[in-house]
Amino acid sequence: MIDAAAFIPLCPLVGFTILLFFGKRIGDPLSGWIATTAMGGAFISACITFAGLLQLHGAERHHIQKLFTWISAGSLHVDASLLVDPLSVTMVLFITGVGTLIHLYSVGYMHGDEKYPKFFVYLNLFAFSMLMLVLGSSMLVAFLGWEGVGACSYFLISFWFDRPTAAAAGKKAFVTNRVGDVGFMLAMSLTFVTIGSLDFTALNQAPLARATATGIALLLFLGAAGKSAQLPLYIWLPDAMEGPTPVSALIHAATMVTAGVYLLCRVAPVLAQAPTASTVIAIVGVATAFVAATIACAQNDIKKVLAYSTVSQLGYMMLAVGCGAYDAAIFHMVTHAFFKALMFLGAGSVIHGMHHEQDMKKMGALRKFMPITAYTFIIGWLSIAGVPPFSGFWSKDEILLAAYHKSPILWAFGLITALLTAYYMTRQVRLVFYGEQRFARADHNEHAADAEEAEHAHDAQHEADHTPHESPWVMTAPLVVLAALAALGGLLNLPFSPRFAVLSHFLHPVFGESLIEAHSATTLKLVLVAVTTLAALIGVAYGWNRWSSATDIPALEPRLLANAYEADTIVDTVVVRPSRALAEASFAVDRNVVDGAVNGVATLVGKGGGLLRTAQTGYVRSYALFVAGGTALLLAWVVFRSVG
Amino acid sequence: MTVPVHLYLALAAALFSIGAVGLLVRRNVLVMFMCVELMLNAVNLTFVSFARELNDIGGQALVFFVMVVAAAEVVVGLGVIVAIFRRRSGATADDLHILKG
Repeated sequence: MIDAAAFIPLCPLVGFTILLFFGKRIGDPLSGWIATTAMGGAFISACITFAGLLQLHGAERHHIQKLFTWISAGSLHVDASLLVDPLSVTMVLFITGVGTLIHLYSVGYMHGDEKYPKFFVYLNLFAFSMLMLVLGSSMLVAFLGWEGVGACSYFLISFWFDRPTAAAAGKKAFVTNRVGDVGFMLAMSLTFVTIGSLDFTALNQAPLARATATGIALLLFLGAAGKSAQLPLYIWLPDAMEGPTPVSALIHAATMVTAGVYLLCRVAPVLAQAPTASTVIAIVGVATAFVAATIACAQNDIKKVLAYSTVSQLGYMMLAVGCGAYDAAIFHMVTHAFFKALMFLGAGSVIHGMHHEQDMKKMGALRKFMPITAYTFIIGWLSIAGVPPFSGFWSKDEILLAAYHKSPILWAFGLITALLTAYYMTRQVRLVFYGEQRFARADHNEHAADAEEAEHAHDAQHEADHTPHESPWVMTAPLVVLAALAALGGLLNLPFSPRFAVLSHFLHPVFGESLIEAHSATTLKLVLVAVTTLAALIGVAYGWNRWSSATDIPALEPRLLANAYEADTIVDTVVVRPSRALAEASFAVDRNVVDGAVNGVATLVGKGGGLLRTAQTGYVRSYALFVAGGTALLLAWVVFRSVG
Repeated sequence: MTVPVHLYLALAAALFSIGAVGLLVRRNVLVMFMCVELMLNAVNLTFVSFARELNDIGGQALVFFVMVVAAAEVVVGLGVIVAIFRRRSGATADDLHILKG
């Protein structure tokens, strides 16, 4: 049963191949259904593998399935093999599960798009790469998937590449990720030099010197910071919202961006040997969480808020990794996948219903027009805000507990972030689904100059065109399922008794001794939980009251935050312009020195040939003279040599 | 009375020089061709002289090879000259300089 693991990446690969060759002929709805079926097959395979894993016990839950020998060169030996253990199976289950729902949603969302089949080609290729990344038993196989998801992310962000902003966002994501990838590659080199193997199992069992462990951990963290959008490499994720909304949900919220966190969890024993690196990870994580949360407070684009919120939540996961609470990181990753995918899909439904309007200030009162979207979104909101008993409350609470155990300062920043999260998500829900409807009024203002009667007629017609509508069932069904998961996801890992901590118990064979258990008194735990809950409720209440009717509160939306601390300008000045100057300088050197040398040789040969061609007169007698003269010279040489 | 070998060689050298100079200064293809023959036969004369002087039959044998080659050359060369005469009025070598670089 456990051998069904091979089918998990195979299903999307088959779907990708079919759609690549026949996608155009298969056409609009059917190619989407094929892709969805492929993902569904992967999910079923994942469930079978999970069932197979449950038949094993304890340390036996570590199965390596070799597919074929990939590279065998000298002492480097890499098998294309899959590692099936509780960690990878947890990842695979939620990736295929959420992935299937998002594929289903895309069938409706992308309907009518010119490049409909191509979208599903990329989506299935992404799923394949992601599953290889998660299941790969060696760093090199994981790296293959790592690069694959990066490429697919690039394709899908710039899916509507005729929009210059989308093309630029794709490039930005690709280049920024490349910076992180260098870290991953250097980490692989260091690992191979140190232990002579790239297998995760070998790496995790090897005793490492503290400096080596710190080096590997920090280099991997650089890779993870690129992929999982941590400071200072987070800048690509908000721009990535240029892609279609299902892509934002699948790649830039639920799965790909968690790859960095997964990678660090995979090498948890290495991190356990590198306390300095862990501290760095925790600090960067909490800083990312805090900074992104402040930016999210002042964004007006419905997707930008969710993007910064994703960065912030990824910061939480990194904080958990840095604190040694790997199971809490995975728990939050799973619940985050549920509620963030739900909210992105909800936002997509809103955008779909509002005819591609993304400005929250032009929405309002949408719950009357699209009730299913609204109420599922509200569940996602309560979940991310950390309101009990929704899933986000349980996972965030566990992370904050671990942070308190590591350092109360980390905990304090995490707490403030939790408060901010509750606040800005409330602001979003208030602006989008409650208050007055502002889309019709916006039309009204535009035409204020018109004669009154004509205006009324015009408005009535306009309003009829623009009335938001609920999305079709293929889009709302995933919302409902994800809402149920977001509401009940906390059941996976309830605190207070080890019997309830199902996920932690399941993951225990993987993390085992690497975990830093937060042994705190029950009273302290209860106090912390109470404080966290209080913070969340304060955030919700404050946001709810302040944004009850107002749409513009300049004091709460400072320009600095709306512009994301001018991060893009800073990066442009510090990195982009010097790089461009360097590139232009090397281009000048290339053109003048390298090309100059080549062209110089060519000119020399050409001129020399021109000079020598005058010797070819075409007259027989001159050739005869050369022959005679040459003979005379040779003769003279022979004679004088023998004399001399 | 035997003629000493150096006289033969001097005659051969004189014939060769006449042929070489003729080849260089004359314009008529047919005359140039005859000059080449003159040079070849001057060489033949030296071969025969040395063969007698050194009492070595090899030199005389080589002369036959030269004659055969010369005959073949005459066949090809005359063929070329006839072809040229067919296309052009005269047979001046300097007219044929289309291979000028």
